[in-house]
Amino acid sequence: MKLSKIKYSRLMGLLLLVVVTTSCEREVSEDAVPATFPSNAEVFTDNPVGLTDEFFISFDPAVGANTNGFGTDQNEAYLGNTSIRVDVPAPNDSDGNFIGGIFRDRGEGRDLTGYDALTFWAKGSTTAVFEAGFGTDFIEDKYPVSNSNLQLSTDWKKYVLPIPDPSKLVQERGMFLFSAGTQSTNGMGYTIWIDEIKFESLGTVAQPRPRIQNGEEVVVQNFIGGTVNITGLTQTFNTVAQGDVTVNAAPAYFEFESSDVEVATVDENGLVNIIGAGISQITATLGGTEAQGSITIESLGDFTPAPTPTRDPENVISIFSDAYPNVTVDYYNGFFNADGQTTQGGTGPGGADLSVDGNGIINYTNLNFVGIGTFMNVPTIDASSMTHIHVDLNVNETLNAGDNIQLQLLNDVGGNETSATVTITSANLAQNEWRGFDIPLSDFNGLSSRSQIGLIFFISNSISNIYVDNIYYYNEQ
Amino acid sequence: MKKIILNKKLNHCKIALFTCVLLMTLSCDLDETQEVATLNNLVMADEFDEDGTPDSSIWGYEIGDGSAQGIPGWGNNELQYYTDRPENVTVENGVLIITAREEAYQGASYTSARLITRGLFEQQYGRFEARIRVPYGQGYWPAFWLLGNDCNVNPWPQCGEIDIMEYLGDEPASMFGTLHGPGFSGAESISKEFTLQNDRFDTGFHVFGVEWTPSYINYYVDGNIYHSLTREDVAEETDGEGEWVFDNPFYIILNVAVGGNLPGNPNQDTVFPQSMLVDYVRVYK
Repeated sequence: MKLSKIKYSRLMGLLLLVVVTTSCEREVSEDAVPATFPSNAEVFTDNPVGLTDEFFISFDPAVGANTNGFGTDQNEAYLGNTSIRVDVPAPNDSDGNFIGGIFRDRGEGRDLTGYDALTFWAKGSTTAVFEAGFGTDFIEDKYPVSNSNLQLSTDWKKYVLPIPDPSKLVQERGMFLFSAGTQSTNGMGYTIWIDEIKFESLGTVAQPRPRIQNGEEVVVQNFIGGTVNITGLTQTFNTVAQGDVTVNAAPAYFEFESSDVEVATVDENGLVNIIGAGISQITATLGGTEAQGSITIESLGDFTPAPTPTRDPENVISIFSDAYPNVTVDYYNGFFNADGQTTQGGTGPGGADLSVDGNGIINYTNLNFVGIGTFMNVPTIDASSMTHIHVDLNVNETLNAGDNIQLQLLNDVGGNETSATVTITSANLAQNEWRGFDIPLSDFNGLSSRSQIGLIFFISNSISNIYVDNIYYYNEQ
Repeated sequence: MKKIILNKKLNHCKIALFTCVLLMTLSCDLDETQEVATLNNLVMADEFDEDGTPDSSIWGYEIGDGSAQGIPGWGNNELQYYTDRPENVTVENGVLIITAREEAYQGASYTSARLITRGLFEQQYGRFEARIRVPYGQGYWPAFWLLGNDCNVNPWPQCGEIDIMEYLGDEPASMFGTLHGPGFSGAESISKEFTLQNDRFDTGFHVFGVEWTPSYINYYVDGNIYHSLTREDVAEETDGEGEWVFDNPFYIILNVAVGGNLPGNPNQDTVFPQSMLVDYVRVYK
C-alpha cells in the first residue's frame, strides 16, 4: 500500500514538472504529494540496519585515517549482544593516526523529518574526547551535523545530537559519523564501543539558539570580487536529560541575508560574494529562529592586485602565490605568542586572509613579527640554486620616515642554525600601493647556507598592517 | 505571607512521597483512565478573550519587591520588582501574558508581575485549574497558587498555601505541587514533583489544577493526578504536628518570579524577556 503510494507520487511529480515547465502561472496542484522516503529510525542495533554493504566507510587513508580498527564486538553491548568496536590508533601507527568515517543508508536516503535527534550509547576503555555526527554521506555532504567535543566515559553513556532543523532532512543518506584520535589521551590508543544508534523523536529537544560566527559580531574589510566564508555555524538546544547540547551545523540549515545586496550576496553554502563598495551586514535564521552573531563586510571597492609574476615556473620555488604551485608549508603564521608575537593573519585557506577574484592575499595585522614555517612536518626549502627572493608588499596605513620592514631567513632551524636579515625602508614602500621587491639572496649576509630554509620572518616595530603576496625564490638565470 | 521552599524540602519530600506513591499505587492507578474531579460546576472563569489589561473585577496586583509587605525579595531573595505596566502584564490573542524583563527599575534588575484575586474572588474548596505555558532558563520561577484570605490575622503559614504549579526554568520537563501550613511550611512543606516524559512545559500549554475538598487535595497535570493529600496524610507527614488549615476561602495568585533561593539567579544563558502564558483560569465547585 505504502509502496504504491510512493510510485503514485513520483508519477505526480513528473506530471507536475511538465505543468510547471509549460506554464509558470499555474499553481501547484494540491493533490501533488512530494515523493517520500523510508523513515526507519535504526542505524545500528545488534547489526547495521539498512546500511550499505561495506557498513563502515572510512575517511581517506591519505589524510591519516586508519581503516584497521573498525569492527563489532560480541562481548560488549549496551543492549542486545553486539556493539561497534573502534580501536583508536596511536599517533605513530604506520596505518594511520586516527580512525573515523561514516555509515551510509543503502537506499536513496531516509526521511528524518519526524525525528528531533540522533542518539547512541558509547563507552570507552578510558576517558577521551571524540567526534560524532550525521548528515555526511561522501556524496553531497549537504547537511552535516557534528559535535567534536564529546566526552567519552568508561561506563555506557547516552549521547544526543539534535537535528538543527528536521524539516530539511527529507532524504538523508548520512546516518552516522565518528572520528577519534589520541589528542585527548596523550597519544595513548584506546577503544570505543558504540551501540544503539538511532534517530529518535525525544519531544524534549527545544529552545533553539542558532549561531553564526560563533555568536560574535564580526567586521571584516574586503574588496569587490572578494569572497568571505561564514564560519562558526552552530545550533544549540536544551534537551532536558543532557542539558544544553550544541552541534556544528552545515550552512544548508541556515537562511542567510545580506543587508545590502548591492554590496554583498550570500550563497547557500555560506559564501559571501562582494560585488560593490559599501557596507553589508550578513545575518541568518535557522528554522525561523534568528541566529546570534553576524559578519559585517566593509567593501572598500575595487582592489588592485599585485602584478602577476611572469618568471618561468621552472626557475621558481613558490611559498605563496596564485601564479605558481606553492610548496607545502607548516604555517603562514607560527603564532610565537610565548615570545611576544602579536601578529594576526595568514590563517585563511592556503594562508590567504583575503581572496579577491580568486587571488589570495595574506593580511598581517598587529604586526611585530611573524614567521612562515617549513621545518616541522614538511620538507625544508633548498634554495641553493636560487638567486633571489621576491615579495610584494602593500602597506595599509600611513607611512612615516624611518618606518621599515625586515625580512629574515633562517636555515636549518634548530640544527646548525644560521640566519640573516634584509631591511626594506619606508622610502621603497607605499601606502595602499603594491611594491615588488627582488632581493638577491647574497644580500642576506650571514646566511652561510640556504639548502634547508625553514623560516621566513616579517619583522617590524613601526608598521602593523600589510598585505603580502607572491613570496617566491627564483633563479635569475 | 511568605513562600519559602528550599531544595532540602524536595529531598525530604521525595522520601516521604515514596510512601505516598506506594499508597496511591494500591488505591488508584496513575493511568489515563483516571477521572479528575467530581467538581464540574463552573463558578468562575477568565478565558482572557479581551485584549488589554486583565479584567479588574477579577484581578488585582501586588506591586514592588516585597519591602512594602515587610518581606524584601518576597522572603526568598527574589530579584524582580512587580509592576502592573503593560510591559509586564497584558492580555493578547486570548492569553494572559506575564512577562519578566531584565531592566533597571526602582532599584531592581528585573521586572515582572504578580496578579491576585484577593477581595475579588475567594473560594473555599473546589477545583482550581489553569492552562499555562511557562518560560525557559535558569532563574525563572513561575507559579499558579492559592493563599488563605486570612493571612492578615493568621500570619503565614497559619493561613495556609496551596501551590498548584511551581516550575523552575532550568528543569523544563518538571513542575511541582506543594502544600504549606503550620508544621509543614517552607523547607518542611509537603511537595511532589511531576516530570513529563517526551515533552516539556516550556514548549506548549499544560493544564494544572487541584481538586480541593474538606478531606483531601488532589494535584493534577493534564488530567493525571500525581499528588493526593488527605488530612490523614498531612498528619502522617508531619508526625501529627501539622494542622489542616484548608477550611476557609483562598484567593488565586499568578506570578513569574526571577532568581532567589529556589531557582538560583539567572545566568548568561537565560534569555529575557520571556513570558508565562495563561490561556484560562477556571474554578469549579
